Amino acid sequence: MAFVASRPEPTLPAPVAAAGVLGWLRQNLFSSPINTLVTIIVLYAIYRIVDPLISWAFINAVWTGTSADACPDGHGACWAFVRARFRQIVYGDYPLDQLWRINVLYAIFAGGLVALMYPRTPGRKWVGLFMLTGFPVVAFLLLVGGVFGLRFVGTNNWGGLMLTLVVAVTAIVGSIPLGLILALGRRSEMKAIRSVSTAFIELWRGVPLIAVLFMASALFPLFTPEGVNFDKLVRTLLAFAIFSSAFMAEVFRGGLQAIPRGQYEAAKSLGIGYWKMMGYVILPQAIRHVIPALVNTCIGIFKETTLVLVIGLTDLLGVIQLGLSDTDWIGGGHIYASGYLFAGLAFWAFTFGMSRYSIHLERHSVSGKNQALQTL
Amino acid sequence: MAVETTDDRVRNTSFVFWSSSKYRTKFYEVLVLGLLFASLYWIINNVVTNLNRLGIRTGFGFLKQEAGFDIGQTLVTYNEASSYGSAVLVALLNTVLMSLLAIVFATIIGFVVGVSRLSSNWLLSRAATAYVEIFRNMPLLLQIFFWYFAVLRALPVPRQSIAFFDTIYINNRGIYAPSPVFEPGFGIVIAALVMALGVAIALRRWARVRQSRTGQPFPVLVTSLIIIIGLLLVSAAVAGFPLSWQVPALKGFNYTGGFSVIPELVAMVVALSIYHASFVAEIVRGGVLSVRRGQVEAARAMGLRPGQIMREVIVPQALRVIIPPLSNQYLNLAKSSALAAAIAYPDLMHVLGGAVLAQTGQPIEVMTIVMGTYLAISLLIALFMNWYNRRSSLVER
Repeated sequence: MAFVASRPEPTLPAPVAAAGVLGWLRQNLFSSPINTLVTIIVLYAIYRIVDPLISWAFINAVWTGTSADACPDGHGACWAFVRARFRQIVYGDYPLDQLWRINVLYAIFAGGLVALMYPRTPGRKWVGLFMLTGFPVVAFLLLVGGVFGLRFVGTNNWGGLMLTLVVAVTAIVGSIPLGLILALGRRSEMKAIRSVSTAFIELWRGVPLIAVLFMASALFPLFTPEGVNFDKLVRTLLAFAIFSSAFMAEVFRGGLQAIPRGQYEAAKSLGIGYWKMMGYVILPQAIRHVIPALVNTCIGIFKETTLVLVIGLTDLLGVIQLGLSDTDWIGGGHIYASGYLFAGLAFWAFTFGMSRYSIHLERHSVSGKNQALQTL
Repeated sequence: MAVETTDDRVRNTSFVFWSSSKYRTKFYEVLVLGLLFASLYWIINNVVTNLNRLGIRTGFGFLKQEAGFDIGQTLVTYNEASSYGSAVLVALLNTVLMSLLAIVFATIIGFVVGVSRLSSNWLLSRAATAYVEIFRNMPLLLQIFFWYFAVLRALPVPRQSIAFFDTIYINNRGIYAPSPVFEPGFGIVIAALVMALGVAIALRRWARVRQSRTGQPFPVLVTSLIIIIGLLLVSAAVAGFPLSWQVPALKGFNYTGGFSVIPELVAMVVALSIYHASFVAEIVRGGVLSVRRGQVEAARAMGLRPGQIMREVIVPQALRVIIPPLSNQYLNLAKSSALAAAIAYPDLMHVLGGAVLAQTGQPIEVMTIVMGTYLAISLLIALFMNWYNRRSSLVER
C-alpha cells in the first residue's frame, strides 16, 4: 500500500552554515575571498587604531594634577587638564557665587527639551510656546541680571558651554523667522521684493562666516552713528542670526518649491488671502517636508558657534584654547589632544543627538502621523 | 440682503486703490525698495561721517604701495618690497592652493567612504559609517586645531626629524621632500608626454566611435597607460635621464633645499579633506542609492560584469544626482577655508584681515576685497559645476 502523509513534514532547520551567528558571519564578512580579505584588513586597521587609543585615553592617562608637570609624557591623555578647567568649560568666568543662575537655566533648558521631544507630554504646545518666548526672556534676565536683586554680570564673564548654547540658541531661534520671511520674499510674485531677497540671501551665502564675524566685531562701529554701539556679544549674535537666516531661507525655499501649484491655486480659488494661504495651507506642508534639512542646518549652526573664538569670545572651544595657552599647562601635544578630544566629545554629543532626533522625526512623519508637524 | 453686500463691496472698491492687487503689489514694492535705499543711505552716510571723523583715508590707492611685511608661503615672487596688490595676489593663490588640494582629497576620501558604506561587508560599512558620524558631527575649527596644535606642532624639532628613506623629513616646521631639478634635454620628455597624451585622447575617441558602430569594446585605459609610460621612458632614455633630485639637508636650525610644505597648509588640507569627505561620502551614498535596483538587475541580465555595471550603468546615473550637492559642498569647502586665519596660514582672510588691515587702517576697502574675492570664488565654482552638471546630464536622451 502506498504511503499517504496525513500531515505535513516538519520543516528542517536551516543548515548550520547559513543560520545563526555562523551564517551571519559567512554572509556578512566572509562571503567571498575578497570579502574575507577586506574583513581582515578592516579588523587589523581597527586594532591598530583602537588599541593605542584605549591605552592612551584610559590606561596611561593622568587623571589628577594641577599643572602640566602632572602629565610629562605623551603616552597617555592628560585628563587632569580637563578636570582643572572643568568649571570654566561649563560656566565660563561667571562669578562663583552666581553659578546657580546658570544651573537653573541648564535645568529649564534640558527639561524643556525633554518635554518637547517626548510626544505624550501633557500641554506640549504650551511648553513649546514657553521655550520659544518665555525662556529667552528668563534666560536673558537670569544671565545678565541687574534686576530683581540679581547682580549684574557683564558678557565678558560669559563663556564655556553656556556661551556656546547662548550663541547657538539665539542664532537658531533668530534665523528661523527671518529665513522664513526671506524664503517667502524669494518666492514672491513682486519682482522688487524677489530680487532684494535673492540678492540678500546669495550675498550672505557667498561669504565665509568668519569674515562676517570679523566685520561684526571690528567694523560695526563704522556703520552706526557716533556714540551708538552695542556689546560685542550682541553684535556677534546679530551677525550670526542674519548669516544663518540666509541658509534657513534656502531650506524653506526647498520646502515651498515642493508644494504643488494646485495647493496655491485651490487656496486662492477659495478666496483666502496671501498670509492665511501661507499660514494654513502652504507652510504647514512645506515645513514638514524640510524638517531633516532644517535640523541639519541647526547642526551646522551649532558647529559654527566655535568660530566666535576667532573674534575673542571664549565659547566651549575658546575656553579650552585659552586654558592650553596658560603657562601652567604648556606641554606636549598630548595635553592639546586631551583638551580637543574632550571638546569634540561634548560637541559630538549635541550634534549626534540632534541628527538622531531628526532621523526619528523623519521616520514618524513618513508613517503619516504628522508627528513632525506637532513638534513645531 | 445679497444685493446690499454687493453694493458695499462696489462702494469700497470704487475709491480704495487697496483692493486692486496690481496697485497693492506696486505699493509694497515701492515701500520695500524705499526702506532698503533709506537704510543703505543711512549706513553709507554713517560710514562716510565716521571715516571723516576718524580721519581715515579712502580709496584703493594703497594697493600700489609697498607692503613691507613678509608672507610665510608664496607661490609667486614676493618680498617685503612688493606692493599690497601682490600681497593680495599671494594670499589669494594660497587660498586657492589650499582649497584645490582639499577638494581633491575630500573627493577621493569621500567616494571611497561613501561606496564603502554601501559595501555588503558588514564590518567595512560599519567602519565607514563610524567615520562619517565622527567627523561630520565635530566642528571644523576644532579639527583644524587638533591637527595643527596636537599633531603637527607636537612633532619633534628639526634636529630630531622623522625621516623616511633619508629623503623625506617631517618636523614641527613642516614637511621637507626632494624637489625635481630639470636639466637641459628635459624638453624632449615633455614633448613626448604631450604627444602620448594626444595619442591617448585620439585613441579614446576612435574606440568610442568604433564601439558605437560595431559594439566592439577596446581596452583604452590600459593601452593609453602603456603608450604614455613607454614613450616617457623611451624619451627619457634618449635624453639621458635629464632629471635629478635635490634632497633637503639639515643646515643650521632647519632643512634647506628641496621642496617644503608649511605645517599650517598640511593641517588645513588634512582637516578640510577629512571633514568635508564625510559630507561627500553621504552625497555619494545618496547618489548610488538613487539608481534603481532594476537598472543593476537589467545590466546583470544582459551579462555585464560587476566592474562594467559600476562603470557603465551605476556611475553615469549616480553622477547626475551627485553633482549638484557636490558642487554645493565644494563651495562650502572654499568658504570654510577662511578658517585658516585661526592658525595663521597666510590665506586671504589672514593676510588681509591681519597685516594689510593693521598697516593701512582702511577697513572698508580691505573687507570689500575679502568679501568680493570670496563671492567671486563662490561664483566661479558655481559656474564651473553648473557647466559640468549640464554636460553630465546631457547623457540623458
